[in-house]
Amino acid sequence: MAVENTILICAGGACISAGEESVKSVLEEELRKYAIDDVVKVVETGCMGSCNLGPIMVIYPEGVFYQKLKPQDAKEIVEEHLLKGRPVQRLLYKGPTGEIKPKAKEELPFFTRQVKVATRNLGVIDPINIEEYIANDGYFALEKVLQMTPEDLIEEIKTSGLRGRGGAGFPTGLKWEFTRKSKSDEKYVICNADEGDPGAFMDRSVLEGDPHTVLEGMEIAGYAIGAHHGYIYVRAEYPLAIERLEIAISQAHEYGFLGEHIFGTDFSFDVELRIGAGAFVCGEETALIQSVEGKRGQPVQKPPFPAQKGVWSKPTVINNVETLANIPVIINKGAEWFASMGTEKSKGTKVFALAGKINNAGLVEVPMGTTLRELIFDIGGGIPNGKKFKAVQTGGPSGGCIPAEYLDTPVDYDSLMKLGTIMGSGGMVVMDEDTCMVDVARFFLQFTTDESCGKCTPCREGTKKMLGILNKIVEGKGEMKDIDRLENLAKTIKDTALCGLGQTAPNPVLSTLRYFRDEYEAHIKEKRCPAKSCKSLIAYKVDPNKCVGCTACARACPVGAISGEIKKVHKVDQDACIKCGSCYEVCRFDAIEKIDAVDLVTSS
Amino acid sequence: MKIKSLEELQKIKEKTLREISGRETNKRGRIVVGMGTCGISAGAKDTLRAIADELEKQSVDDIAVIQSGCMGLCEVEPTVEVQIGDEEPVIYGHVDEKQARRIVREHVMKGKILSDILVKRGKV
Repeated sequence: MAVENTILICAGGACISAGEESVKSVLEEELRKYAIDDVVKVVETGCMGSCNLGPIMVIYPEGVFYQKLKPQDAKEIVEEHLLKGRPVQRLLYKGPTGEIKPKAKEELPFFTRQVKVATRNLGVIDPINIEEYIANDGYFALEKVLQMTPEDLIEEIKTSGLRGRGGAGFPTGLKWEFTRKSKSDEKYVICNADEGDPGAFMDRSVLEGDPHTVLEGMEIAGYAIGAHHGYIYVRAEYPLAIERLEIAISQAHEYGFLGEHIFGTDFSFDVELRIGAGAFVCGEETALIQSVEGKRGQPVQKPPFPAQKGVWSKPTVINNVETLANIPVIINKGAEWFASMGTEKSKGTKVFALAGKINNAGLVEVPMGTTLRELIFDIGGGIPNGKKFKAVQTGGPSGGCIPAEYLDTPVDYDSLMKLGTIMGSGGMVVMDEDTCMVDVARFFLQFTTDESCGKCTPCREGTKKMLGILNKIVEGKGEMKDIDRLENLAKTIKDTALCGLGQTAPNPVLSTLRYFRDEYEAHIKEKRCPAKSCKSLIAYKVDPNKCVGCTACARACPVGAISGEIKKVHKVDQDACIKCGSCYEVCRFDAIEKIDAVDLVTSS
Repeated sequence: MKIKSLEELQKIKEKTLREISGRETNKRGRIVVGMGTCGISAGAKDTLRAIADELEKQSVDDIAVIQSGCMGLCEVEPTVEVQIGDEEPVIYGHVDEKQARRIVREHVMKGKILSDILVKRGKV
């Protein structure tokens, strides 16, 4: 059972002489009496420093501070505070003026390690109330930039060192500068909200929790490049984000932040939504532009880059949601402030979506250069069920995995690149010892094969071939030559595919081959899956020494593959078994073994 | 109402800050329910309804109920933040309908912090 309360009891010299030991023994006796000794942890600490108040006790999670305790007080604390949730008022620490001041709770690292810039308003403001956004300095940055020249504004963004948060990490200020310098009668700003990496959801959360920051960021970009029109390309799978954006756009019109003569100046700007149908390739900027124009979402050759020829063949800036959410803060707090955070070449903060085998799944924003270990173990709370960390996948299907030996790598664009993966949009899928790395590569390749638009041959045919080989390997039918074939195909696809989707699709395979080649070889040579995860290579077996014949497994088996009389050892019919693992889950005696299928043949 | 100047913007900011703290509207405090996709799929709509219903049942009319986005700890959704007056805000996790009613009856009405579902005290 999980610990619900932790009691710190001061065992410094002064408290001991004031009677700490007898307080503690009564406390423990009471906890046992009410059978809550397994959910309440008692910890003796060193001197807390308030020796004149001893014996003292602090109860977490609330951080309630009790002072000058006598043994009988411990009984009252257990009965009132722990059992009924009512702090014992007369024992609470009262400050010099007599008011009750419980000690502030020591904060979870989940919150204390974070620095919120792009996600500053998430969970703080009411996203459908524009005035709450204004109350948190919303639209102040827009007012400020309208007093600046576009050139100064671009210089400010360049100084901040902000790089694109959507994946590739191109310097935002430079992108704006190129688009500003392109000569044209009309230009456009596009917000790329086509978040598609499995396990990434930071853009959705920003759109849902703080839609106005995206609008403000887009307007500032529009002023910088000389555009009067913007599109938000958001996927149809995000209905709540769409709803809140629509509300935000209409409120911004009402308050005059969108439309003609914004803040009484000559600057006009308007924003339209474009709803994507959920094709992964439409996150690629040239395919996205095609889709915005109402055409089929397929990429086109670059150059020309969107900065020269984008939507409607006009110069276009495409920025990701998180990038745009950073802009108003950079303007309000200054480029130097932003550049003071992060590493040499990656400034500011990054939002990560922690998913997979991790205790605190969710969104975190930390300064660039935070190590993977801090992210996964301190902030993310580590791996559930006492399992061992195996690897973390960053950058989704375009990225790669990082094994345990590199956990102390500071995360930024360049360090991840060196490890053979990418920052991507910030998705982090954590994998534990039960995850098969060949199967992970297969999963991501299945994804890119499904999502390939089919326009260019290397991606359309190449990914399919690679997937076929991976399927062979996980089924135990691989040969050693397959590894060379995979590497050859991967290299060719990377060099020849038309767009980012194809060029990066082989990355999960290359990176698992780099760090977990032994797992591929075990599948091929020994027909074993080291993580015991690939169905074709494992078997379930009853351990006759542990089985008590409770029949739980036989009842759980969906195909009736387990037979045996009550109170007698049961048996798995290997031909009928579909390896669903239900028996393994329900057995309370640890009597179902997961073994390599090859061992089954030799043992029987 | 079109905003034309920094002064007008500043006025709205100050007015809204007063409203949020309850000083403008004679509210004693507010309850914020995380209504991102993660919160809603974990049942935040039921939580929100239960809070509104319990406040009405108990005839509490000096508490504002606000919806917000995801504060990041999706693991413990639905999350609810309670802020009474100038006290530190308190964030609760895994708030189902039952816990929502408890929050109204115990925390809002009696000032008792519910330690068993507490996630954090203080600003996010």
